[in-house]
Parts: sequence; structure tokens; C-alpha cells
Amino acid sequence: MIELEAQILAKNDALAAKNRGWFLGREILALNLVSSPGAGKTTLLERTIRDLKNKIPISVIEGDQATSRDGERIRAAGAAAVQINTGAGCHLEADMVEKGLAELKPPFGSMVMIENVGNLVCPALFDLGESAKVVILSVTEGDDKPLKYPHMFKAAEIMIVNKVDLLPHVDFDVGAAIGNAMKVNPAILALRVSARTGEGMDDWYDWLDHRMLQSRL
Amino acid sequence: MHELGITRNIVSIVEEAAKGRRVTRVTLDVGRLSGVTPEAILFCFDIVARGTLLDGAKLDINSIEGRGRCRSCGEAFETRTLFEACGCGSRSIERLAGEELKIRNMEIEEAA
Ligand SMILES: Nc1nc2c(ncn2[C@@H]2O[C@H](COP(=O)(O)OP(=O)(O)O)[C@@H](O)[C@H]2O)c(=O)[nH]1
Ligand SMILES: [Mg+2]
Ligand SMILES: [Zn+2]
Repeated sequence: MIELEAQILAKNDALAAKNRGWFLGREILALNLVSSPGAGKTTLLERTIRDLKNKIPISVIEGDQATSRDGERIRAAGAAAVQINTGAGCHLEADMVEKGLAELKPPFGSMVMIENVGNLVCPALFDLGESAKVVILSVTEGDDKPLKYPHMFKAAEIMIVNKVDLLPHVDFDVGAAIGNAMKVNPAILALRVSARTGEGMDDWYDWLDHRMLQSRL
Repeated sequence: MHELGITRNIVSIVEEAAKGRRVTRVTLDVGRLSGVTPEAILFCFDIVARGTLLDGAKLDINSIEGRGRCRSCGEAFETRTLFEACGCGSRSIERLAGEELKIRNMEIEEAA
């Protein structure tokens, strides 16, 4: 019998650490956006790009497969984007991000947004080297989702409750959703946003500002 | 399903370590809070192993129970979820076990 004691995800973790160093050295803020399909990742990115592109260069790595149009939507909003074909894969892995970066060449001191595949299970296990994970939960989903997908909510630094413009029409308790997320991750930050109407987006931009400063330390 | 990708990782790590020898058994440690389902890995394993040095090898999975220690009162206890509170009411729990995802060992075919 031969003892191995090998971490199964060691290869991905090593590549993620390499990406993380790459970002650090360039003072880039890299965010890994995760959610169920249709929660509004691309819409949030489009509005963020339109509002911030004159202040800070943003590049996007697009892994979402829900529609292959996501890359075009991002470019139309005014950011550089590269669409990664994950094939049958249900998540991005660190080597795909490395390849995406080689193509995108994001500038020093900029922001890189990684739109992961719409899925709350697998992306939690695969570190990409990001500065932080951002989990998006829309009010058309269940407010118990953080308890059903605890790995993702535990790994995220911030949770965005999106589509709050629809709250009058749905049976979603924002307080309960945030409470459930805090059961899994007492340190998680929560914002209420409508990527459609723009409500709450200033709080998101404040958080981005604050995180950009941290990546300059 | 990420278990397919995970299983590919397992087979490639073991193949590399086997250095051309045939592998007859592989043992994993999989924590119950790792987010990975042992049944799904078992399901994928035979297919992924086909045509490799692990073809026909037996896969054993040790399922490791979740354990945590309360940072407030120091009590250690079994945790069935990632969000269990301590009996004292504290939610600040240090994870002691349950998130393992590793290959423990392998058995190699004896040379004839
Ligand atoms: N009402 C409403 N709809 C939204 C909002 N954000 C996104 N959507 C819609 O939700 C659908 C999915 O959005 P998309 O950004 O493609 O989701 P993704 O799959 O997470 O990238 C689209 O029809 C969007 O227009 C929002 O804040 N309010
Ligand atoms: Mg999308
Ligand atoms: Zn306690």
C-alpha cells in the first residue's frame, strides 16, 4: 500500500494561487460572481460597467452558458470581455481564468469581473484566485436558498439580493434571506439592489470602491 | 455535476503516482461537509478509470463526519451542517473535520 495524502483539488488550488499573485502584483480587484441561472449577474455587470467605465477600466471573463450572448452584452456596455467555453462543465476552473487573462490583458489597477456558470454548487469548490466571491440571490428565488446551498454562501464575502423592484409581487422575505445567509456565514455583507432600476447600486459601488482601495495596499 | 471533474482529478493524480504500475485499490477521505457526494464519485469512477492504470480498481471512500469546536465555550461536537449553532447559542464554530477531499492511499498490483 502506498500512502498518498494528496489533496484532490491541489492542481486547481495551485493555479488559483498563481492567479491570485498575478492580480496582487497588478493591484487588480478580481471578483468571482456566482448565482443560480437568471439571478441577474450579466445585468448587474452591464449596469456597473455603464456607470463606472469612465472611472475605472473593467474587463470581464464570461463563463456563463445560459446564453452565449452574455459576452456581446458586456462588450455593448463598454467593457473588454472574453467568453470561455466551459463545454459540459458546470463551473469555471483556475486554468480557464489564466487563459482568459492572457487574452484580456487587464491593465494595472483595474477591475476584473468573472461571471461564473449559473450554478450554486460547483463554483464553491473551485478557487479561481479571485479577491472575493460575490453571490447574487434574486427575489424570485426562495429566501431559504442560503441554507440549501451553504457552501456558496459560506465562501462569499458579499451577497447581493437582486430584483428588489419585484418585491411587491413575490413572496420573498429579504430579512429572512439575509438571516439565513448569516447563519452560514456570520461575516457576510448583504446589499439590496435592482440591477434593472438602479436602486441600491450606489451601495454596491461604495463596496467596490472600498475593495479597490484594499487591493492597492 | 462537479463529481465528474473531481473524479478525473482523482484518476490523474493516482495515475501519475503509479508510474506505470497497475492500481488495484484507491482509498479516499471525503468529508460529509465537503460538498461532494461519495455515491456520485463511485458512479463516475469506473467510467473515468476505463483504459487507464486504474481500470478495474476498487474505490473505497471513508466518509468523515463533520466536527466543530465552539470558539465561545470550547465545546467540541458533531456538526451535520455548515451552519449548526453550539448548545450555548454561539454560531462561531471552528471546523475540526468534515471538509476533507483527499486521496489517502493506493494499492499496486504485485509484480509477477
Ligand atoms: N425585474 C428585474 N429583472 C432583472 C433584474 N436583473 C436582471 N433581471 C432580468 O433577469 C433575467 C436574467 O438576467 P441575467 O442578467 O441574464 O442573469 P444571469 O443568468 O445571472 O446572467 C433577464 O431577463 C434580466 O432582464 C432586476 O433587478 N429586476
Ligand atoms: Mg449571465
Ligand atoms: Zn458554545
